[in-house]
Amino acid sequence: MNIVVCLKQVPGTTEVKIDPQTNSLIRQGIQNIINPFDTYALEEAVRMKEKSGGKVTVLSMGPPQAEAALREAISLGADEAILLSDRAFATADTWATANTLSKAILKLEKTDIIICGRQTIDGDTGQVGPEMAEMLGFPFVAYVSKIEEIRDNYLRVTRAIEEGHEVLETTLPAIITVAKEINVPRLPSLRGIMKSKSTKITVWGIKELGVDANTVGLAGSSTQVIKIFFPQRVSKAEVLTGDNAQKVDKLLEKLREAKLL
Amino acid sequence: MDYFLTEQQKTIKALARRIAEERILPVRAELDEKEEFPWDIVKELAAADMFRVFVPEEYDGLGGGCLDLCLVTEELSRVCSGIAVTYAASALGCMTLMEYGTEAQKKKFLPDIASGNRLGAFAITEPTAGSDSGNIKTTAEKVAGGYLLNGTKQFITNGGEAEIYTVIALTDKTKGARGASALIVEKDTPGFTFGKKEKKMGIRTSATRELVFRNCLVPEENLLGKAGLGFIQAMRLFDKSRPGIGAQAVGLCQGALEAATDYAQERVQFDQPLITLPVVQQMLADMAIQTEAARALVYAAARYVDSGAKSVTESSAAAKVFASDAAMKVTVDAVQICGGAGYMRDYPVEKMMRDAKILQIYEGTNQILRNAIAVNLRKRKARTV
Repeated sequence: MNIVVCLKQVPGTTEVKIDPQTNSLIRQGIQNIINPFDTYALEEAVRMKEKSGGKVTVLSMGPPQAEAALREAISLGADEAILLSDRAFATADTWATANTLSKAILKLEKTDIIICGRQTIDGDTGQVGPEMAEMLGFPFVAYVSKIEEIRDNYLRVTRAIEEGHEVLETTLPAIITVAKEINVPRLPSLRGIMKSKSTKITVWGIKELGVDANTVGLAGSSTQVIKIFFPQRVSKAEVLTGDNAQKVDKLLEKLREAKLL
Repeated sequence: MDYFLTEQQKTIKALARRIAEERILPVRAELDEKEEFPWDIVKELAAADMFRVFVPEEYDGLGGGCLDLCLVTEELSRVCSGIAVTYAASALGCMTLMEYGTEAQKKKFLPDIASGNRLGAFAITEPTAGSDSGNIKTTAEKVAGGYLLNGTKQFITNGGEAEIYTVIALTDKTKGARGASALIVEKDTPGFTFGKKEKKMGIRTSATRELVFRNCLVPEENLLGKAGLGFIQAMRLFDKSRPGIGAQAVGLCQGALEAATDYAQERVQFDQPLITLPVVQQMLADMAIQTEAARALVYAAARYVDSGAKSVTESSAAAKVFASDAAMKVTVDAVQICGGAGYMRDYPVEKMMRDAKILQIYEGTNQILRNAIAVNLRKRKARTV
């Protein structure tokens, strides 16, 4: 079983700053972590491998420092890691990101299943998984909460829906995104950490992927962030004055005006 | 302070801390309250390769020494000393095997200890043999096919939970301590059962239990080293393991110091945080000094053990005595600084204070160890080391 996990390195804080020029995240000086939702995807992949054998490849698109996230993934049980890094990939929207990741998947020998987190905690779109499924022509299941069965060319999963749970089956290769109910991610092991320090991280740029620079990064993005702003806080509180009897009268009047009485 | 640890040691220490903070912290109060053996945590430690730290590489370990073991024990003890001793006792249970075992014995038992699939335990103490550890009564009579064990071991850490026990018993009862031998006894050996599970003041998540042997036949190949050397093997073992108790104490000191400092910063009395009061500052500073001094002595003793030095009795005893006395004082002061809140079970320092007391008692009471140091001083006569 060849299992691919797509993961993203994200800022390990909720206090992100936005660069006003490019409208993208300022990453300098912030401790980076593996996107928490992706850790569930990785854990599920490693469990799948431990149960049925195979190989876990982690794939990430990001700046050179995203290598650290991939090394961490190795320490948590992944076998191989590929970093998609090129200046041309920068400032990609979800479409361009999915396109770049899909091109990398096609370069791999044979993929049985691709597992992604349900969304990232920085972009929060949850679009890259389903977009990759469209581009690759793979069946797709979102919010998977349990892998029921996986074998040659067959997958049965449970996913959470608003009214309850749904059991779905599909052929392989397929893409799934997982919900955090699916498992409790492990901590790294000492042997894993030691292995991660010596593992070679493969880096692919536009040349290695053989893609046109106009189909990736900002140039290949169908959407662009043109403005990021915080919503203005409008305070509509009104302070009633006078003695208590007057305040009660005024309040009653207001409530009648609002047709609440 | 920088103790110039190797990259690997730093990695080990950092991961042990992460396990302690992410996995142990949320459950420590409950484990203490319920006096439940921490199997889930043991499994986490095993999955993280923590039991490999002290086992040689040829038996699936990472080949670390006394210092590496101390680093893990310290970090676990910073959050829960009961879990720290559970972990360290598994190492204690296989150290005689590592030192005196044959290749076949090591191959048979060490990989399981290293993977954490099976826990180890060491058993010498008996109702008649505490500080007077030579006065054991359990016998191992030589019979066809092995040794027939009879007797009761008391206060055995990991008792009932461990699967590989190193047991000191008399193979020649006419010779007393000189007739003692070390035997590996596996759980589920017929005639080997468990007696009373103790209810303790502290380290309550750890299991402390009686081992009962009634005509328990142990195969001959489970004898460790030569018959008759068991008592000496045990004394040498404790010489090497005592820095580990010191490390447990350092972890407790650190945990209590941090808890007291945090509390003193948050707690406001007389319109100011406690930490602005000189009397509290003096107490915290003394706690910090004791903690760091204990750590320095424990690491130095552990490194001395790892150097292969012949006689480490004084160094390891000094580290254990100093650090455990420091832990008692620091945890009592931590409760004092936290005041009424500190006395309540909602805060962690009362548990730390209860956990600290045993460190002055087990693996040689501090009085016995001071005796040992004094004996060496008298023998030496000279004024220089």
